[in-house]
Amino acid sequence: MIELRGISKTYKVARRNAGFAEAARALFRREYEYVRALDEVCFAVETGEMVGYIGPNGAGKSSTIKVMSGILTPDAGECTIDGLTPWKKRREHARRIGVVFGQRSQLWWDVPVVDSFELIRDIYEVDAAEYKRNLEELTELLELSQIMRTPARQLSLGQRMRCEIAASLLHSPSILFLDEPTIGLDAVSKLAVRAFIKELNARRKTTVILTTHDMNDITALCERVLLIGRGRILFDGSFGELRGLYREAPGADPNASSEELVAALYKEMKI
Amino acid sequence: MKKYLSVFRIRFIHSFQYRAAALAGVATQFAWGFMEILAFRAFYASDPAAFPMEFHELVSYIWLQQAFLAVTALWFFDADIFEAISSGGVAYELARPMNLYFMWFAKNCGTRLSRALLRCVPVLAVAFALPKPWGVSLPPDFMTFVCFLISMALAFFVVVALVMLVYVITLRSISPLGPRYFLGAISELLAGATIPLPFFPDKLRAIVELLPFASGQNAPLRIYSGNLAGAEMAQAMLMQLFWAIALTAGGMLWLRASEKKLVVQGG
Repeated sequence: MIELRGISKTYKVARRNAGFAEAARALFRREYEYVRALDEVCFAVETGEMVGYIGPNGAGKSSTIKVMSGILTPDAGECTIDGLTPWKKRREHARRIGVVFGQRSQLWWDVPVVDSFELIRDIYEVDAAEYKRNLEELTELLELSQIMRTPARQLSLGQRMRCEIAASLLHSPSILFLDEPTIGLDAVSKLAVRAFIKELNARRKTTVILTTHDMNDITALCERVLLIGRGRILFDGSFGELRGLYREAPGADPNASSEELVAALYKEMKI
Repeated sequence: MKKYLSVFRIRFIHSFQYRAAALAGVATQFAWGFMEILAFRAFYASDPAAFPMEFHELVSYIWLQQAFLAVTALWFFDADIFEAISSGGVAYELARPMNLYFMWFAKNCGTRLSRALLRCVPVLAVAFALPKPWGVSLPPDFMTFVCFLISMALAFFVVVALVMLVYVITLRSISPLGPRYFLGAISELLAGATIPLPFFPDKLRAIVELLPFASGQNAPLRIYSGNLAGAEMAQAMLMQLFWAIALTAGGMLWLRASEKKLVVQGG
């Protein structure tokens, strides 16, 4: 059970115009802007649910994931995940969750992937039997047997992402946060990742929250969609309802693709 | 505890695989060691009585310093940690059930020890084989040798704890350059890496010996040859113990406070 109530976070961002004169001026006077990344975000997710989290770039998706994984302390608000406040009980909380940051890597780049897996096993104190079972299952579902013995730096992006996802699941977390897991992947890898997430949710009842810009990820996986814009949750419901919302808008194209639909909604909501 | 040992282990094995780096390191240490010894020899030739250390003490100091460079050098950082901080990869490390300080500490210990192991064997072998007065002499007695080992271990902790402070500053400021060069430049002199501390003017030396830098290589290298003995030795080792504990505790608290304020930028 995940619950967020009134979570807010403001970032301080330095701003100046281009050029030497501006840079020189900034030596004496800095201009900062305060950007409200999260503005009273509230939502709840039940155990075993699979939720898609969408919104334009900079809307606050990653910030929300960071708050929920305990690495970002919000300015205000409460968050409880299975009874714990992530940033207050960071280590205890970390044991129960798995996180994949699609744009970063958790694998050690110049040792074989399996070495990274064993290190992660020790960090999470996974016992030998559980590790073996998980590794076998993940190897089978993500087709890792060959690539596991390769150093991470020599993997293609698709292969690496499959390993990243496996690495986040070795300790059998009950909650999985996926921050853009399909970014940059080709069609085959995308389908493989989607099929895997679906299977994981069905088999282990893992709660999954995933952020993405690919609406096909959402339609393939999630019954429920959360839409965030300028730090606020603007929509919470099924993708069908989101489609309905779009149809009511003036000038709606009934044959619009899910991509066009979302783009039109972002525009309409001015986010 | 096991998780930190695993980090240490993977780091140790990992650094062990770079053969060319080890060879280059050994060559550098030899060249540097000989150069330093020859330079000091020229000074000693003019008036051996004018110096605060016996020539054989100094030679042992230099060879041991070269052999254990990776253990005690204060300019030796783990590039992975800087990379993790500036790229935001540190997000993953924070999302794990572990203490970031211990994790980084273990990582540094692993890299340093494996490098030291690869480099110290050839350097020590040659330095022991060299004829007097160019080679390393044995310590005066067995107890001195034991004290040397303990003092070296303490120096190792002090040095890693000092370097850890640079990572914490980097975590707060993103760029590692400032603290890195600052620590690299000032500490080499104050640690006795450029010239041994006994060569400092007395008043300055009295102050420098209280600083944490002096609890690095200065203590074990002088204990080994008998330059630091008796009450002075005990005092130096207590100082080392104090700094090892104080720097570790300080760094850990500082890192914990920084974690709360940390913002990993970008998507």
